Amino acid sequence: MNSVIVAEKLVKQYAGQRVVDGISLNIVRGECFGLLGPNGAGKTTTLRLLLGLISPDGGKIELLNHVIPGQAREARQRIGVVPQMDNLDPDFTVAENLMVYGRYFGMTDAAIRARLPELLEFANLTHKADAKVPTLSGGMKRRLTLARALVNDPDVIFLDEPTTGLDPQARHLIWQRLRELTARGKTLVLTTHFMDEAERLCHRLAVMDNGRIISSGSPRELIAENIEPEVVEVFGEHAAAWAQSHAAHHVQRFEISGESVFCYVNEAHPLLLELQQHPELRYVHRPANLEDVFLKLTGREMRE
Amino acid sequence: MKINHYAFPQFSLRFIPIWRRHYMVWKKMAGPSIMGHLADPVIYMLGLGYGLGGMLPQIGGMSYIAFLSAGTVCYSTMNSASFEALYSGFARMHEQRTWEAILNTPTTLDDIVLSEIFWAASKSLLSGVAVLMVIWALGMSHSPLSLWIIPLSLLVGLCFAAMGLIVTALAPGYEFFMYYFTLVITPMTLLCGVFFPVDQLPAMLQTVSAMLPLTHAVNLARPLLNNAVPVNILADIAVLAGYSLAGYYVSLVLFRKRLAQ
Repeated sequence: MNSVIVAEKLVKQYAGQRVVDGISLNIVRGECFGLLGPNGAGKTTTLRLLLGLISPDGGKIELLNHVIPGQAREARQRIGVVPQMDNLDPDFTVAENLMVYGRYFGMTDAAIRARLPELLEFANLTHKADAKVPTLSGGMKRRLTLARALVNDPDVIFLDEPTTGLDPQARHLIWQRLRELTARGKTLVLTTHFMDEAERLCHRLAVMDNGRIISSGSPRELIAENIEPEVVEVFGEHAAAWAQSHAAHHVQRFEISGESVFCYVNEAHPLLLELQQHPELRYVHRPANLEDVFLKLTGREMRE
Repeated sequence: MKINHYAFPQFSLRFIPIWRRHYMVWKKMAGPSIMGHLADPVIYMLGLGYGLGGMLPQIGGMSYIAFLSAGTVCYSTMNSASFEALYSGFARMHEQRTWEAILNTPTTLDDIVLSEIFWAASKSLLSGVAVLMVIWALGMSHSPLSLWIIPLSLLVGLCFAAMGLIVTALAPGYEFFMYYFTLVITPMTLLCGVFFPVDQLPAMLQTVSAMLPLTHAVNLARPLLNNAVPVNILADIAVLAGYSLAGYYVSLVLFRKRLAQ
């Protein structure tokens, strides 16, 4: 079978609240699978369940043909994890972090040492091999965490918000590395709330909210299934008033958010003609993207 | 399948790489660490031993400083393991998230807790040996039996590491450790025959003393340094080993519950 992770009807509750509420997944070898959702949607809890770090209150999990959580130790031998929060060893250098971590997999020092040059190069940290962790930038720490997750040459790599808190340069480098990993046949499972990240990296996505998967498919499928193909964003102080009086005549669906109006249309031409009659309005015309889908599915209100 | 938090600990040698990690960190600051382990107990031993000892008669046929030296070995090994299991253990579990990183590999909490116990006990071993060397150097013991202090230090370390980890598992923060040191460790130091014989205590406190592990450590250490075979070897060892095993199991269950949140 080509399935790497099979989860059926997972349930996890804390204090009577279902944080994960009936999630089923089938992730196949070589794909990059994204769990997308607002904060508190249950993404991290789902990852922890798949890794066997916590046990589900209902449902079944198989990870690399091992039953989880019963055989989690065996499964994790072939798994790499990039956690959301930095947990590198601050007392050690870059190279020492990799050495020590490899030993947890039962690797010999010689075997780890043989992998070090490749790992350091992959993380762009060859010149920092002897630098202590506290002296590294945020991007370097992330790359070291990624290299650490690869020390055992895993088949599946779990990444929990791998680029949160990084600047654009650092994010692009991480993305490039993750694409290299899928090109090598590794399976990636990542959580994110960055739509551009999901759109660029993931072959398939599941959008989560309130512990459930509310939609899934490739980024294109999600857009095609959930939303009109074109978006015109109208903004400025007169935008809301215009929307209330005129938009319905030209637009299938629109949403007012502050001083912006998001108009979702199958064909933007008539709307653009209308907008040209209103020089006081500014607008942007663009194809629909994953963020539009996400906001439609999970709403615009803040999650705190 | 559900994870059973009360399951019996699963032993595996996977705890060794984790122990090696702690050792690697320690090596980087070995100087101040050894200094700290040695200076404090030795200063107390010599200060009280000579200062107070000058005014005291012999106790059970030995000078006060010789009497005190056995107590010092025991309470310094107790302190080493306790500090390591509480403060450093908590830092690794909570602040540095070291455990979290390790748990993503084929290791389990059972391995991690075992590594913490053996690591804290290793520091006790170091303390015990350091104090023993001072005792030898000052000619306070010429007993070949005093070599048994070395394995005893390890056992006392295992015992107090395991007990300390229970407190670490329950601690919301570092402040919490004050309760343990003030309410458990300090009274233990005074009730267990470190500074004066237990039979000086009222009968009720002697009963309490007999239940405390440090008493049994002192019961073993004092004759060994005085070249005598301890009277209740098996009973004393059983108490220390019992506290060690119970502490391991209870702390492991508590950690499993805590980290399942």
